[in-house]
Amino acid sequence: MTKHTELGLSEEEVLDMYRIMLTARRVDERMWLLNRAGKIPFVVSCQGQEVQQVAASFALNREKDYTAPYYRDVGVVLALGMSIKELMLQAFAKAEDPNSGGRQMPGHFGSRKLRMLTGSSPVTTQVPHAVGVGLACQMNNDDAIAFVTLGEGSSNQGDFHEGANFAAVHKLPVIIMVENNQYAISVALNEQVACEKISDRAIGYGMHGETVDGNDPFAVYRSVKQAADRAREGSGPTLIEAVSYRLTPHSSDDDDRTYRSEEEVKQAKEKDGLISFREYLIAHNILTEENEKEMEQTIKSLIDEATDYADAAPYASPDTLFDGVYQ
Amino acid sequence: MPVVSYIEAIKTAMEEEMERDERVFVLGEDVGKRGGVFRATEGLYERFGAKRVIDTPLAESAIAGVGIGAAMYGMIPIAEMQFADFILPAVNQIISEAAKIRYRSNNDWTCPITIRAPYGGGVHGALYHSQSIEAIFANQPGLKIVMPSSPRDAKGLLKAAIRDPDPVLYFEHKKAYRLLKEEIDNNEEVIEIGKANLIQEGTDITVITYGLCVHYAKEAAKELAEEQGIEVNLLDLRTIYPLDQEAIINAVNKTGKVLLITEDNKEGSIISEVSAIIGEHCLFELDAPIKRLAGPNVPAMPYAPTLEKAFMVNQDKIKQAMLELALF
Amino acid sequence: MTVKTITMPQLGESVTEGTISQWLVQVGDVIEKYQPLVEVMTDKVNAEVPASFSGKITKLLVEEETTIDVGTPLCEIEVESMEPTVSNQPEMEHNHEEISSTKELNTMKNRYSPAVLKLASEHQIDLDSVQGTGMGGRITRKDINKHINQTKQEQKQKHVTETPTLNTSTIEKSTSLLADKEIPVTGMRKAIATNMVKSTSEIPHAWMMIEVDVTNLVRYRNEEKDHFKQSEGYNLSYFAFFLNAVAKALKKFPELNSSWANDKIIQHKDINLSIAVGNESELFVPVIKNVDEKSIKGIAKEIHVLAQKAKSGTLTHQDMEGGTFTVNNTGTFGSVQSMGVINYPQAAILQVESIVKRPVIIDDMFAARDMVNLCLSLDHRILDGVICGQFMSHVKAILENISGNTTPIY
Repeated sequence: MTKHTELGLSEEEVLDMYRIMLTARRVDERMWLLNRAGKIPFVVSCQGQEVQQVAASFALNREKDYTAPYYRDVGVVLALGMSIKELMLQAFAKAEDPNSGGRQMPGHFGSRKLRMLTGSSPVTTQVPHAVGVGLACQMNNDDAIAFVTLGEGSSNQGDFHEGANFAAVHKLPVIIMVENNQYAISVALNEQVACEKISDRAIGYGMHGETVDGNDPFAVYRSVKQAADRAREGSGPTLIEAVSYRLTPHSSDDDDRTYRSEEEVKQAKEKDGLISFREYLIAHNILTEENEKEMEQTIKSLIDEATDYADAAPYASPDTLFDGVYQ
Repeated sequence: MPVVSYIEAIKTAMEEEMERDERVFVLGEDVGKRGGVFRATEGLYERFGAKRVIDTPLAESAIAGVGIGAAMYGMIPIAEMQFADFILPAVNQIISEAAKIRYRSNNDWTCPITIRAPYGGGVHGALYHSQSIEAIFANQPGLKIVMPSSPRDAKGLLKAAIRDPDPVLYFEHKKAYRLLKEEIDNNEEVIEIGKANLIQEGTDITVITYGLCVHYAKEAAKELAEEQGIEVNLLDLRTIYPLDQEAIINAVNKTGKVLLITEDNKEGSIISEVSAIIGEHCLFELDAPIKRLAGPNVPAMPYAPTLEKAFMVNQDKIKQAMLELALF
Repeated sequence: MTVKTITMPQLGESVTEGTISQWLVQVGDVIEKYQPLVEVMTDKVNAEVPASFSGKITKLLVEEETTIDVGTPLCEIEVESMEPTVSNQPEMEHNHEEISSTKELNTMKNRYSPAVLKLASEHQIDLDSVQGTGMGGRITRKDINKHINQTKQEQKQKHVTETPTLNTSTIEKSTSLLADKEIPVTGMRKAIATNMVKSTSEIPHAWMMIEVDVTNLVRYRNEEKDHFKQSEGYNLSYFAFFLNAVAKALKKFPELNSSWANDKIIQHKDINLSIAVGNESELFVPVIKNVDEKSIKGIAKEIHVLAQKAKSGTLTHQDMEGGTFTVNNTGTFGSVQSMGVINYPQAAILQVESIVKRPVIIDDMFAARDMVNLCLSLDHRILDGVICGQFMSHVKAILENISGNTTPIY
């Protein structure tokens, strides 16, 4: 049995996972180019975390579950159904951006249609929100669950603690996934927490916790799937820590050479989950030279098209400044 | 018509709204079995069950944040902060999140949450059970803040807050809970948020205030009318954010002399903004400098009765200020 | 073929400039869209700037190691065909409603701000005669100030060019009956009249009076006066003691020793007291300089000299210059209360009234005491009641404690 069949994933599904991961990577790369060309003011990256983001999303019921993604989750939002064009509209801050109509910076996702809660910049405020959605699901006997992500640095925030505790006390259908990419901007993990694993915190809340290799899509998928099952059957929340590495600077405004060695980044790039997953798919003859080339070309043309569209799209009129303050 | 106290009016409003709409639920510390430390949710747990009257862990940011999440889902939460003084850990959730959810999502997501919090002093609550903290939230477009001055308003404004499609902060004066009683028609309608209420008309001076100070001002005005024949035009702001500019301007223009009252510290308070509105719009109608009566600029209300009394705005202080203005 | 320019992008939220570290292309290179062109170093990041167009590099506009502002052209690229041009910052269509700027004329003409009303009342200005330049014809504070300055300017010009005349245009002419004697207003009378009008129309006067028990002073002066007259040849006047007390008090409260200069108040260092002395028909206001530095004898001497000069009409211009505060000896005529007109542009004038023996209750007993009233007129623009009250109390304290010890004659 292969890893994917063991998890009940079809060849089409794993190929689709890979396609979305690759799309996330290519979109992100384009964003950097656009930033450096002076076209968009800001980029905050997903690179190095696409595998866990997409694998986790595939373990959810993408038709009915709720998500509260954090600012690096390009992989999550693509997996949930946001289009490349919509991401570009967000990057260019255009009126058609479904996330905020050009009001928020890139990475502040939200879509009612996709049941994706709108997010802000103060980190980890989304944890209590996801818990609130979990509470509402429980009250309404709704089979849906809430999936929320955050960075490991953010797990130090009070809202993480307050939300996790609330969810555990009320046994709410919530999955909290910490995407541990080793850095909170410039501060490394060992200066953020003293515990061995972020998931060690779960026991303090009385919930299940586990740490998985974020570069291994199957490990992440399994973990999230099991958490979702537990949530749906009323066994309460789960804290998952998916460990990978942030391959880019924190954002387009950051220079990571001021706090970590190029050697360290180089080594991490070799462990990039996208590479190992590609090798897995090639080894299992799911990804061929032919369909890979086609995949890359399709992604590139979609990105080109989305870039041109978003670049040319209109900004919000100043007349709309006061829209949506109140109903 | 039954005579109802301020706190009964609050409880009744929640009860009726929970009955009317299944999405309405209450969450907060001690709101369930105990029925609230002030008994504002008394009987709701028995009537609607633990699922709709939720005792939460002692964590204000979660009470607000979980409520916000549920509101985004489509529920109508009424979150209770046990004391307004303790709302501060939840300020990020209220200001960064609730207030901005509609705006930042370009009208995609909404957050119809009501956050109730008992405020105010004169109850031997000392520094951390007496504060008026409304000014912290009163420059946050996206939020609405109501502060009822009577049982009737307490009920009508709470119902309006619960039915409002946007986040509303509802500050109830804990001294008013059992002090104020009046007859309320069972069929009484909701009171529109955003509109001030002209309590009484008068031609000598205009008094603008809100919350429990309205009660004190009413009593002081009655005495002045009887003793000195001074007629007070009394405006109750009811909604202190966003302010009812038109009502403020009209009330000021009626007499040209205005006394603004708040129990909060004077600096940067709600009446500071009211004063600015008057300054902007009423220059040619003013017949006296704008007069403000407020709590002193000390951090909060002390425990000792002498100090508490010195801090607290009361009927005598209001009467004195009214008289001074009338004589100007 | 079109030539497109690549400009220096803003690399980072607060970044305004960048340094070109290395060109990655040369003139003549054919490049792809998004191909890196140049390495740039900024305060926040080091980055490769990619091409926004495909084409051929025709010009490199900035040399390596040069620091340039965001937006500065970096290089030119000849592009094959026009890319779909998009306007730089398109906006969703919307309707701008033109704000109507046409306001009804003079709708605000009769809306007076508190500032305007205050000035108008201080300067007795008929607001109907002032042209408003504000919105809707409103009279602004500037309009009033301009009006005041114009009036002042006109007065000044008249003052300089002609002998001072009262502005008769605004004052109804008095008609005289046959039996009345007409006295032409000329010279000193005219100057006095002009100054008085100026003072009373411009200065908002306020008044204050205190009662001083000068029994000690009277006793002291009576003990000394004969001996003084014998040795000095002139009188040891009460007035010298009053001037001495006033000078001491002015030293302590320099606020009163100042003058009004429209946009500022000038506080004088020297204490030069103007004193009013008169002959039959004229009033002179000569000045005793640096009174605070003079003894009682010195002051008495100057009073004597100036009075003599006034009588003989030999006062010079210098004698009347530089006064900073005026003390008027109204008591000479038996006056017990008066309201002085401030000697423009000084801040105040003090009237020293008659010393009168009166029954006064001291320790619940009647006592016959020598009492005097001191009346102060003050310019309320410069001074307030509190400071003047303190000043007057201080003068009173000095006078009531006068003795050989506190106030030696020499």
